Amino acid sequence: MEKAGLPEPITKRRRMGWIRENVDSIRSLQKRQVLTQAVSLGMIVTSALIIWKGLMCVTGSESPVVVVLSGSMEPGFKRGDILFLHMSKDPIRAGEIVVFNIDGREIPIVHRVIKVHERQDTGEVDVLTKGDNNFGDDRLLYAHGQLWLQQHHIMGRAVGFLPYVGWVTIIMTEKPIIKYLLIGVLGLLVITSKE
Amino acid sequence: MHSFGQRANAIATFSLTILAVICSLASFTDNFSAPSPKAEVKVSNFNWLQKQRNGNDEASLTLNISADLQSLFTWNTKQVFVFLAAEYETPKNALNQISLWDKIISSKDLAKFSIRISNKYRFIDQGSNLRGRDYNLTLHWHVMPKTGKMFADKMSMTGFRLPEEYR
Repeated sequence: MEKAGLPEPITKRRRMGWIRENVDSIRSLQKRQVLTQAVSLGMIVTSALIIWKGLMCVTGSESPVVVVLSGSMEPGFKRGDILFLHMSKDPIRAGEIVVFNIDGREIPIVHRVIKVHERQDTGEVDVLTKGDNNFGDDRLLYAHGQLWLQQHHIMGRAVGFLPYVGWVTIIMTEKPIIKYLLIGVLGLLVITSKE
Repeated sequence: MHSFGQRANAIATFSLTILAVICSLASFTDNFSAPSPKAEVKVSNFNWLQKQRNGNDEASLTLNISADLQSLFTWNTKQVFVFLAAEYETPKNALNQISLWDKIISSKDLAKFSIRISNKYRFIDQGSNLRGRDYNLTLHWHVMPKTGKMFADKMSMTGFRLPEEYR
């Protein structure tokens, strides 16, 4: 009996130890995994931020990439096209496509410069713009009584162009559900993915 | 070994990378074209020169514009925006650029043209400095690519002068 009863406590102890070990390892593993995932998520977010801010530095424009929202520059730029902006020290000249902000308007406008008057003494510019596809110039779009755009209204000039890519942003701003769905699915993927 | 998600991700990343490379290559090939556009602009008739009620001078003229811009078109060209600007200097402004006429050329066939037209946009000065003013007419063209970098150039024609008196 004694001999027969001896093995029992050992196996019990062993089993208990095995379970404890396993639980501990799972616990530490999860902690590690959660940490890695948090770090990798952080890396994604920060690298996106770095690219954006880096572009801001290189181009000198506060928004280096804009999406065309209206058809006023068709057939050159259609809704959903992406424009790359650059803000150099060179003075604004007629024919350039500029992005400007009007006081009291939230959304910046992308139109072409058709008239330029540059001051003799101060070098300040008065600029008039027009959309290629619009019938008249932009005075109707400007603030009440405003006849010209000045340098401070202008956010940058368009230098490059990529078609269609902007549709992603347009769809996401106009149908926020899709945005949240996408963020949710991506977030789930990041959290559940191993490695 | 590889899940469906991983495969889909790899394919999407790869195809987007290839697309980006092809787009930048297409834009890069534009550098090898050496366009030789030709243009001629004449003022066929001077219509009038007047002072507006607010004191600004305004002129009206009829233009003869003939140009051959076919060499600007490459396989990556979506359109060429061409416009004619009057450029002059006044005591107040170091540079005045007034767009008088413009046109969107959407294909190579339409890039050779000759028209007679009076100024599409108003020729108004900031002030009353237009009498006897020398100006030049500059034909600018802005090439819009199907994708990539935009570029522009111009051709200046000098030796134009506005009349000494209002008429």
